[in-house]
Amino acid sequence: MTIFGVPILSLLVFFPLVGAVFLLFIKREETLRWVALIFSLLEFLLSLPLFFKFDTTTGAMQFVEDWWWIESYGISYKLGIDGISLLLVLLTTFLTVLCVLCSWTAITFRVKEYMVSFLFLETGMVGALVALDLVLFYVFWEVMLIPMYLLIGVWGDPKRRIYAAIKFFLFTMVGSVLMLVAILALYFIHQKATGKATFDVLELYKFGVPVGSQYWLFSAFALAFAIKVPMFPFHTWLPDAHTEAPTAGSVILAGVLLKMGTYGFIRFAIPLFPNAAYELMPLISVLALIGIIYGALVSMVQPDLKRLVAFSSVSHLGYVMLGMFAFNSQGVQGSVYQMLNHGISTGSLFLIVGMIYERRHTRMIADFGGLSKVMPIYATFFMIVTLSSIGLPSTNGFVGEFLILLGAFRSNVVYGVLGATGVILGAAYMLWMFQRVMFGKITHPKNEELKDLNAREIITLIPMVILIFLMGIYPKLFFSKMDASIDKFLKDFRGRVEMKADLPTSNLLAEIKK
Amino acid sequence: MKLPEINLYLIAPEIILTAFGFLVLLVDVFSSKTEKKGYLGMLGLIGVVIAFFYTLPLIGSVRSGFEGMWVSDGFSNFLRITFLVIAFLTILISMGYVEREGIAFGEYYALILFSTLGMMLMAGGTHLIIIFLGLETMSIAIYVLAGMLREDRKSVESAFKYFLLGAFATGFLLYGVALLYGATGSLYLKDMASYISSKNLLRNPMLMMSLVFLTIGFGFKIASVPFHMWTPDVYEGAPTSITAFMASGVKAAGFSALIRVFFTALPGFRPDWTSIMWVLSVATMTVGNIVAISQSNIKRMLAYSSIAHAGYILVAFVAGNDLGISSILFYLMAYAFMNLGAFTCVILLGKKGEENTLITDYSGIGFKYPLLAASMTIFLLSMAGIPPLGGFMAKFYVFSAAVKERFYWLAVLGVLNSALSVYYYLRVTVLMYFREPQREITGLQFSPASILALILALIGTLYMGIFPANILSFAQKSIAGLY
Repeated sequence: MTIFGVPILSLLVFFPLVGAVFLLFIKREETLRWVALIFSLLEFLLSLPLFFKFDTTTGAMQFVEDWWWIESYGISYKLGIDGISLLLVLLTTFLTVLCVLCSWTAITFRVKEYMVSFLFLETGMVGALVALDLVLFYVFWEVMLIPMYLLIGVWGDPKRRIYAAIKFFLFTMVGSVLMLVAILALYFIHQKATGKATFDVLELYKFGVPVGSQYWLFSAFALAFAIKVPMFPFHTWLPDAHTEAPTAGSVILAGVLLKMGTYGFIRFAIPLFPNAAYELMPLISVLALIGIIYGALVSMVQPDLKRLVAFSSVSHLGYVMLGMFAFNSQGVQGSVYQMLNHGISTGSLFLIVGMIYERRHTRMIADFGGLSKVMPIYATFFMIVTLSSIGLPSTNGFVGEFLILLGAFRSNVVYGVLGATGVILGAAYMLWMFQRVMFGKITHPKNEELKDLNAREIITLIPMVILIFLMGIYPKLFFSKMDASIDKFLKDFRGRVEMKADLPTSNLLAEIKK
Repeated sequence: MKLPEINLYLIAPEIILTAFGFLVLLVDVFSSKTEKKGYLGMLGLIGVVIAFFYTLPLIGSVRSGFEGMWVSDGFSNFLRITFLVIAFLTILISMGYVEREGIAFGEYYALILFSTLGMMLMAGGTHLIIIFLGLETMSIAIYVLAGMLREDRKSVESAFKYFLLGAFATGFLLYGVALLYGATGSLYLKDMASYISSKNLLRNPMLMMSLVFLTIGFGFKIASVPFHMWTPDVYEGAPTSITAFMASGVKAAGFSALIRVFFTALPGFRPDWTSIMWVLSVATMTVGNIVAISQSNIKRMLAYSSIAHAGYILVAFVAGNDLGISSILFYLMAYAFMNLGAFTCVILLGKKGEENTLITDYSGIGFKYPLLAASMTIFLLSMAGIPPLGGFMAKFYVFSAAVKERFYWLAVLGVLNSALSVYYYLRVTVLMYFREPQREITGLQFSPASILALILALIGTLYMGIFPANILSFAQKSIAGLY
């Protein structure tokens, strides 16, 4: 499918970049904001045909583009999406529009550089989601780092922004470079076994990596992705990055960048190394459970709203991993659904916290109290989003968490029980926070004069609320897109795990020792 | 008596560089002392360009001449082009700089041309005397260039230190050559290899010693740990344009001779040198990166970073396969662009009597000189190995060569080092973009020549990162028939 003669996926990847270059030539701040908004909106509109033209009957890649990039090396420029990446691409283009909107008055200096970074970031994110070549994926994966680093470092909270930016960069970098070595090792193992030099993921899916090597390669991939997710114990960069980033940075970080980690597991780490993934399932599940419970407990005691939401992300992403590593259809469906949910619920939470921060320049829970009296519209939105984050039935959060827990129970009852305690804790810290911020008496005189949301802010939040209910009440709309892909993912996975006996058992470790 | 076969066509680029070197000197002598001498640089540029066009027809064929002492093969031609690119960019960035610093002598450009000539001799020589002559031609010219800022104590110190230690290292190299000659009775690289394998001299102590001495001699030129002690002082003190020239050119020449000698003359000793180089490589990367973190002067930081880059290149040397050697060629080219680009930014941020080479001087320039800072960021990120820039592709090929030969730990240490290096490269961007300026830097003058150099370096860095296929396949073809 092409638009104006350009294949649609390439268009989606590079259109924001065109916008970024275009912005360089604009001087007036107001114009800059509008042009950035128009570009992000157009990008979103351009991504919609994917949703409607998507063939739901097949789990194969669609809208595929395949050209050589570096032919002598077997590196191709190969793009394509299936049901899983489709929804994440849409989430990305959707959230970017809201991010531009919510930065309208929050960003007061260096607007041009800010908007350029944001559009550049969008290119990296969409590129990483649609790349089907390992090297191409790696390139986009790293490209995302720079603009995010700048967003945190330049427009972040003055106190600790630099620390947070560097920590974010270095954590991700260490994981990624090890993944790079694993990518190369996989490439040469495959080349030696089949004589074909390729970084094409779909080709590599078909290849059974010797089981002994799988552990090493899976570990390297898993480390890179686990840092990004972030899974316990690699999560320490997240609260800092989230807290210090500007509102839109937090939204996109929570909404899309963290999903890159979970997406990496489902697209690369698990299908490429299924046996290792299967064997390491207990380890990952336990880490996910620790993340769920630990994240929830730490959230409960946070005095800072943004930090609270950040730790709740650790907990929510734990669910995603738990569901994915249940390796049954409910678990994986719930996991993918929860990726979207988290983007919307937590993204909205960050938006909402950002709105109050813009008014009061504080994020401390103790500084608030009784806000529902002076800001009734704000309170309503906040309530809906809080309930969605808790997973109340008829909101999106319920569908995802329910499926994940169902999947977890089916794979291991203990995991299910422990996972379910996280839901209770989640309700506890969110509602308690809501109570302290919104209800009771107004203790701080400054809070009495707060203005309620303006039209722009309401416009930013309404799409989120619509999605919260739409995804909660009519999930079939989204499941129908991803079902075939998830079936294929599980079928391939099971086939490979059962085939294990036939695989050669030569071992990387032995080779290293030699 | 049979006259030796002479084919001057094979050394046309070298002849042209020599001729233009002398021409620059002559024109300088016959020109008046007071006028501005920008045209001397132009003359040098013309010489480089003509040499480039005489190199092009030599590409694609392997021809040796001068009784087998000289070869014009893919390897030497790739490096010729690399050296010419380096010389071209160096002269460009020098033109404004030497005027500013008051060292606009004709000798300056002539010496750059002569030392480029020396580098080419090192890449094309198949006889140890030619390689040695090349090394000396290059080195002596650079000793002088490093001390060009005669009024500046650091520059003089730099030249003297480089000269003394360089002479010492040359002694080692020469000793190694002598032992090699003593054991094999020849100075032709190919003859040595066949003599060693026919007489089965692989456990010969003289040859083992010579291997060690050669490693030391070349290790000095490529600034590998532990022979790197001179690098930071010399790089800091030398005129910035010459530092850039040294870091990219001398390193490339050192590697070319190292590869030529080890792979052509001593292939049988590969297991021995592999373990030596493995250790050297890891030490070089690690020391370079760790010490770079604590530097406060940008020239010193880039010096340590250049040490670390020698370590990455050694990773490919250890791998030693076709992929490894071609990735070294690719790396040297990419490094030339990003390194010269970074130094160009350093030069542009200075002015007469105010070099602004402290890293803290970069505070807040990100929004004051946005294009300069953005270029600097691109070069530094390229050195850090962030895609889609040339430095990333170069590292990608280097580490893939190591992984292919199953040096997994070496590759892992390499990439971890690469991640470590991100810290100090980012620190400069932190200052440029995240901090407020500490003091005003005003009145910078950007000469058109250095702007052109900056643009060329940017194009090179981006091109090698985004469309690496052409240069990579050129590098892969270039190593045919090397060993």
